[in-house]
Amino acid sequence: MAQPFLKKDDDHDDEADYSPFLGIEKGAVLQEARVFNDPQLDPRRCSQVITKLLYLLNQGETFTKVEATEVFFAVTKLFQSRDLGLRRMVYVIIKELSPSADEVIIVTSSLMKDMTSKTDMYRANAIRVLCRITDGTLLTQIERYLKQAIVDKNPVVASAALVSGIHLLQTNPEIVKRWSNEVQEAVQSRAALVQFHALALLHQIRQNDRLAVNKLVSSLTRGSVRSPLAQCLLIRYTSQVIRESASNTQTGDRPFYDFLEGCLRHKAEMVIFEAARAITELNGVTSRELTPAITVLQLFLSSTKPVLRFAAVRTLNKVAMTHPIAVTNCNIDMESLISDQNRSIATLAITTLLKTGNESSVDRLMKQITTFMSDIADEFKIVVIEAIRSLCLKFPLKHRSLMNFLSNILREEGGFEYKKAIVDSIVILIRDIPEAKESGLLHLCEFIEDCEFTYLSTQILHFLGIEGPKTSDPSKYIRYIYNRVHLENATVRAGILLQPHIFVLLRRCLFDTDDEVRDRATLYLNTLVADGAVVETGEDVKEFLFGSLDIPLVNLERSLKNYEPSEESFDINSVPKEVKIQPLAEKKAPGKKPTGLGGPPPGPPSTIDAYEKLLSSIPEFSNFGKLFKSSAPVELTEAETEYAVNVVKHIFDGHVVFQYNCTNTIPEQLLENVTVIVDASEAEEFAEVASKPLRSLPYDSPGQTFVAFEKPEGVPAVGKFSNMLRFIVKEVDPSTGEAEDDGVEDEYQLEELEVVAADYMLKVGVSNFRNAWESMGPDCERVDEYGLGPRENLAEAVNAVINLLGMQPCEGTEVVPSNSRSHTCLLSGVYIGNVKVLVRLQFGIDGPKDVAMKLAVRSEDEAVSDVIHEIVASG
Amino acid sequence: MELCPTIKNILLLDSEGKRIAVKYYSDDWPTNAAKEAFEKAVFTKTQKTNARTEAEITMFDNYIVVYKFVQDLHFFVTGGENENEIILATVLQGFFDAVGLLLRGTEDKKEALENLDLILLCLDEIVDGGYELSFIVLSIILETDANVIAGKVDSHSMDAGAPLSEQTITQALATAREHLTRSLLK
Repeated sequence: MAQPFLKKDDDHDDEADYSPFLGIEKGAVLQEARVFNDPQLDPRRCSQVITKLLYLLNQGETFTKVEATEVFFAVTKLFQSRDLGLRRMVYVIIKELSPSADEVIIVTSSLMKDMTSKTDMYRANAIRVLCRITDGTLLTQIERYLKQAIVDKNPVVASAALVSGIHLLQTNPEIVKRWSNEVQEAVQSRAALVQFHALALLHQIRQNDRLAVNKLVSSLTRGSVRSPLAQCLLIRYTSQVIRESASNTQTGDRPFYDFLEGCLRHKAEMVIFEAARAITELNGVTSRELTPAITVLQLFLSSTKPVLRFAAVRTLNKVAMTHPIAVTNCNIDMESLISDQNRSIATLAITTLLKTGNESSVDRLMKQITTFMSDIADEFKIVVIEAIRSLCLKFPLKHRSLMNFLSNILREEGGFEYKKAIVDSIVILIRDIPEAKESGLLHLCEFIEDCEFTYLSTQILHFLGIEGPKTSDPSKYIRYIYNRVHLENATVRAGILLQPHIFVLLRRCLFDTDDEVRDRATLYLNTLVADGAVVETGEDVKEFLFGSLDIPLVNLERSLKNYEPSEESFDINSVPKEVKIQPLAEKKAPGKKPTGLGGPPPGPPSTIDAYEKLLSSIPEFSNFGKLFKSSAPVELTEAETEYAVNVVKHIFDGHVVFQYNCTNTIPEQLLENVTVIVDASEAEEFAEVASKPLRSLPYDSPGQTFVAFEKPEGVPAVGKFSNMLRFIVKEVDPSTGEAEDDGVEDEYQLEELEVVAADYMLKVGVSNFRNAWESMGPDCERVDEYGLGPRENLAEAVNAVINLLGMQPCEGTEVVPSNSRSHTCLLSGVYIGNVKVLVRLQFGIDGPKDVAMKLAVRSEDEAVSDVIHEIVASG
Repeated sequence: MELCPTIKNILLLDSEGKRIAVKYYSDDWPTNAAKEAFEKAVFTKTQKTNARTEAEITMFDNYIVVYKFVQDLHFFVTGGENENEIILATVLQGFFDAVGLLLRGTEDKKEALENLDLILLCLDEIVDGGYELSFIVLSIILETDANVIAGKVDSHSMDAGAPLSEQTITQALATAREHLTRSLLK
């Protein structure tokens, strides 16, 4: 037992780290458990070993089936000892080991003997253990004893039997229901806990018989319940009866209200609170009914016990949502809680006050909150911000002090969610309270001068662009916008309506050091000037500049670079819409970047373009039409194998082309006539139409072979394909590099490849999801809910759905904050046939277990909306 | 049973958040890892508060946790978000005071570990259940009065001491030696 203890750095108290369990090991303890088999039992020693076993289980250690069985058998020997203390430990460990049915038989007779013992402690515990481990067949044998035990004059025995009855009712309801008379007698017991357990069991037995529950409640509310816990239970049963009978009594007094009100004068705090809470939760509660409940809760607010203050303020906070006037009486007590040591109480108090406060108290409240804000966690701050927002909307005249408050906290430290809550609130206030607009906009302007969150800056600039021009002096905002001029789009949105001012700004931009800014300034300037100084700049210009650009800018840029000036003007429709994917093979090793200053680093290779060029150069594929999408390369071989093959899936409207990129890694071999034999038996809708072999594949010089399939036009057909690389291999003389004339035919098994629903979806983002969502309209909206089953966490579920759909997450919503229990994710994409699709996913986690998801799809075609649901339903 | 006051777990941790004795009566935390994560979260959230004179309370992840500390012992009782806070506090107080009585005033981690058997029996007397019965986990408050709890737990040591005649000489000697080594270790 006496293990050497570890010394702490500051060894002022050696014994602090001493533990009788230091260095304890499962194996050793299981060995020690052999003392249970000694013919001369040492009860104290045995108790200690059981304690050690329980300690191990409590620390999360598990026993294998064999170990548990061995310990259980050894423990059964201990019934020979008559030591009371040891017997108690035996009872506990039997429950913890949860023996199987065939093992239980061994202890049954010992436990049944204890059940009829003269010692109360034996009877009570044996009942609990036996009912815990028995499987029902035994129940008929012991039923007689259990019925007796329920009315036993020792309350511990009676409670043990009643509690066991509650458990057994789940598995053997027919038997337990036969005990009604005894249970009813126990409800009248003088022992408090017996009454509580009896009431719980009796209600449980009758719960499906409404009339019987009614009778139970009406007889007991006349007052024979002494136990506070039983009284709480009765209040809950009463509330349920009131809820269910509410429709019968349209007029007159609410039944049982007097009972609830009477409970407010009970001597136990738990009963008073239970009754007060029950009253506040009554359906359609009147202010007359509420008053006495609010009065007792108000008393709790000034209690010395934090638990009471918390319980009261939490309940009042809920009442304030529906009956703010009823809570105003508590405002003075509530204000003193703002400085409560317990921050949960303080936050609840503040949000209650913000809901119930009147116009005159706003300024004082704001002052108090300011001192409080700095020392609460972000999650509480967000709650406070939301309350302030609704308060401001309620008292628009107070916008000045509320707006000041918001701008002050905006300048202080805080995380993204918190800052976003503040910015959102300011934006809402600007929209809804015209007087607050100018000051609000200026606060936002100052914020973006020094804002660490790009997303917020962009949103604010966008908002400035919309709201700025409508103000009395728009030029004020231009300075701020100019400072952030790299975010052009918003700038010029404002510019359109601010022409005289924006010209200056744009001209100044012509001297900008950055090429891109100069180019854009020239473009906008020309557009505006070309249209003349007409105020009503044409809608088409607006559309041209600011209409949703459904082409990724990188692609547009690349196409423009490739475009050679000629008579034929540039056709924007020729720009591919897929976001480029950097192929694995072309990833540069880190550290290889050019170090010199000469020239910009080479841009990313234009994969999509290259693919399109490559495919259109092959005559067999030339009539497939426009390439819709090319997937990222999928590896079909393990790394470091003789032949490295990956595949790119090219999707056309009515065809699919697999491009196999092959590399030969053996210097002594030359491969010729390389093809891939594809077995499409698990892809029923696909039919092979062409195959383009690779004539020769020398060492370390990649080449491609293609296989094309026909599929129903516009249909997102899916399937599995198995692949076999077939070729003629020729030996190469390493000294000369020349290949022999004769080759041997050989095959090489590749991994399977799949065409999935996501292959028919282009990742195309939108800049402002909400606008896009609203302009799409609900005509082709489809909404449904799905259970995703148990998941590690929300982030995993969100990723799984994003990958399944193959769409572009918008506004950073693919990131799930850790420990969230709900999350909304926004996706956008273009479905085959050029149909825009927007998806809103709402995830919720149910307990620690299952993830549920609500999927809302909007698209230009309801058939496509349905398809998205089908993908999710079958994924 | 959904109307019955329900305890989700009772925890006794040390001043570093490590387990001394815990008992879960709900399947909200199906694995040991989930339990440990919950204990860590509870401990970090409450660590800096002063819950020594009155029981304190906090709410997170849709659970209400009431807690009270003495020396290096941290006592916690957890309930669902709709549970009556005062019932939870009553259970906490019952546990807290019963442990105080059983440890006879020397309430610290060392004493608690040395009397772990008493603390485990204590938990067994406060809430019954927490075992899975046909996929439903039921539990019910058994007793909240600290004197009754401690009395039930401790009765055996008195009873066991009484009928000395029934013990053999060797057993009696073993007991005596045990007492001796225990007191030497202190």
